Amino acid sequence: MLEFERELDELRDRIVGLEASGNVDLTPDADRQIALLRLELDARTADVFSKLTPWQRVQLARHRDRPHVLDFIDRMVDGFLELHGDRLHGDDMAIVGGMGTIDGRRVVVVGHQKGRGTRQNVERNFGMAHPEGYRKAVRMFELAERFRIPVLTLLDTPGASPAVEDEERGQSWAISESMAVMVRLKTPIVAVVIGEGGSGGALAMGVADRVMMLENAIYSVASPEAAASIIWRDSSFAEHAAQALGLTSDALYEAELIDKVIVEPAGGAHRDYDGAASNLKAAVVDGLDELASITTERLVEARYAKFRAMSAHVEQPQEAENSR
Amino acid sequence: MRELMARRRRAGVPADLWIKCRKCGAMHYRPEFEAGLRVCTQCEYHDRLSAGQRLDLLLDDPSSFEEMNVGVVSADPLGFSRPSGSYPDRLEKARAATGRSEAVVCGVGEIQGHSVAVGIMEFGFIGGSMGGVVGERITRLFELSYDDCLPLVIVTASGGARQDEGLFALMQMVKTTAAAVRLRKARVPFIVVMADPTLAGVTASFASLADVIVGEPGATIRFAGSRVVQGTLSRRARAEDHTSEWVLRHGMIDMVVPRRDQRRTIGRLIELLASGRETACVHPADSAAALSV
Repeated sequence: MLEFERELDELRDRIVGLEASGNVDLTPDADRQIALLRLELDARTADVFSKLTPWQRVQLARHRDRPHVLDFIDRMVDGFLELHGDRLHGDDMAIVGGMGTIDGRRVVVVGHQKGRGTRQNVERNFGMAHPEGYRKAVRMFELAERFRIPVLTLLDTPGASPAVEDEERGQSWAISESMAVMVRLKTPIVAVVIGEGGSGGALAMGVADRVMMLENAIYSVASPEAAASIIWRDSSFAEHAAQALGLTSDALYEAELIDKVIVEPAGGAHRDYDGAASNLKAAVVDGLDELASITTERLVEARYAKFRAMSAHVEQPQEAENSR
Repeated sequence: MRELMARRRRAGVPADLWIKCRKCGAMHYRPEFEAGLRVCTQCEYHDRLSAGQRLDLLLDDPSSFEEMNVGVVSADPLGFSRPSGSYPDRLEKARAATGRSEAVVCGVGEIQGHSVAVGIMEFGFIGGSMGGVVGERITRLFELSYDDCLPLVIVTASGGARQDEGLFALMQMVKTTAAAVRLRKARVPFIVVMADPTLAGVTASFASLADVIVGEPGATIRFAGSRVVQGTLSRRARAEDHTSEWVLRHGMIDMVVPRRDQRRTIGRLIELLASGRETACVHPADSAAALSV
């Protein structure tokens, strides 16, 4: 539980307590009290969540109970068949991928999978993909292209795995190659940041025709801790960094770096997996249907133009053109 | 050596006429060291070069080089501030320190008689970091190379994406990658020289997509910066784990070429890649088709 969730949880506890005490036959008075508490909980939740700081968003994006990729796949993809391996080195458990249907539409889904608890987190490397993870993703992207299946990527990673072994197997090369394949992929791509969109490790699967974020997800040039260690030489300045980096969904929508913010249920996605999945599914279906009517040539051209236009520069009159 | 230094000091020669090798500690007389391309004569350590020194090293006639797109300069999309100053202040300081308008210098020059598009990253300018301007200038360089069928040579020296521009900076990885993919389809040679250091957002985007990758001896080449690794894994990676020679051994680059041989090697690569009629530059009907062929 996060600090700012505490008062909401206390309200919830009181409601549960009252309900339990009058379990058999609720008096009209207790009934009324519960109804009032529910109203108060709704109002407080709305209030707290309307004033979230960027750092609180970071905490929500990493919430222990936040739904992960497989939680969403379970709730929105029918008949999902998971596929494994990069055919070169191994099967990275930090990346899950496979095929299924969403309301009858075929789709290849690839995402970063975090774990819960120590054992799972070690197995999934905390959602930090190795080079073989990105190569596994590329294999699935190309499979999707061959069979004309749209791609959905779900991004949720603190960043790509930075260990020496990852460098040995070409982490940089794996990431750039994944982006290079997505840039020219002849099938529609929808990408959604569902939790942490950590730097190049997220971007490697984030080149898409529609880029969306769940409301409390974050998407950042570096994790707040990494940015803090780069800028302040001290990762404990992460809260500062979160504030400065403009990594929230509303800020990025405002900056036109993402196309859509997907609303989360009251209290955050971790309080209502089904509600979150249903909102995500609706947005993905809209995106896929929009893209389905566009020819592949147009699609690839528009994808190029979309990222070509992402910039942060101004053009000044050039007086010193010839200086060396 | 010490005696020589003492004599010069007595003669009123300023101490900065001497430079110490950052690797082996050998002392070098600065004019000789610069004339020797900043390579230590004792241990072959390749000290960092400015963009101007790079141009002198690589081009047949550096004086005829024309820098392009110097009018493309940074916006401050986040209103970013560090303890060391606001982003616009830092940009101003970097301009003053390097005499450059941004962290990459782009233009057209000749290498061994071949007309080439050239991009040189300036590490002295905010760590050679890639923000919107570096991304835009490099993308335009790719486009020039594509449009005019000019072989492209980029020398990388960069700490990665520029934090001060947030996600705008990260997106330059996609932008430059897309431009590199498009150039591939036109069969125009693209050669990268990875100099010290080539890190993170630059290693993991356009730089690693070159047709041929040349490493400079001893250059640090890696994905994760050591400060980030330390923060994430709570341990420090060994410096020798991430040099040109190390990534060469792991199959990530094609060759390690000392500075004095780079112009000749690049010239030969261009000659081999671009000379045959059957492999000459091709332009698919339009730019969109370039990506989907």
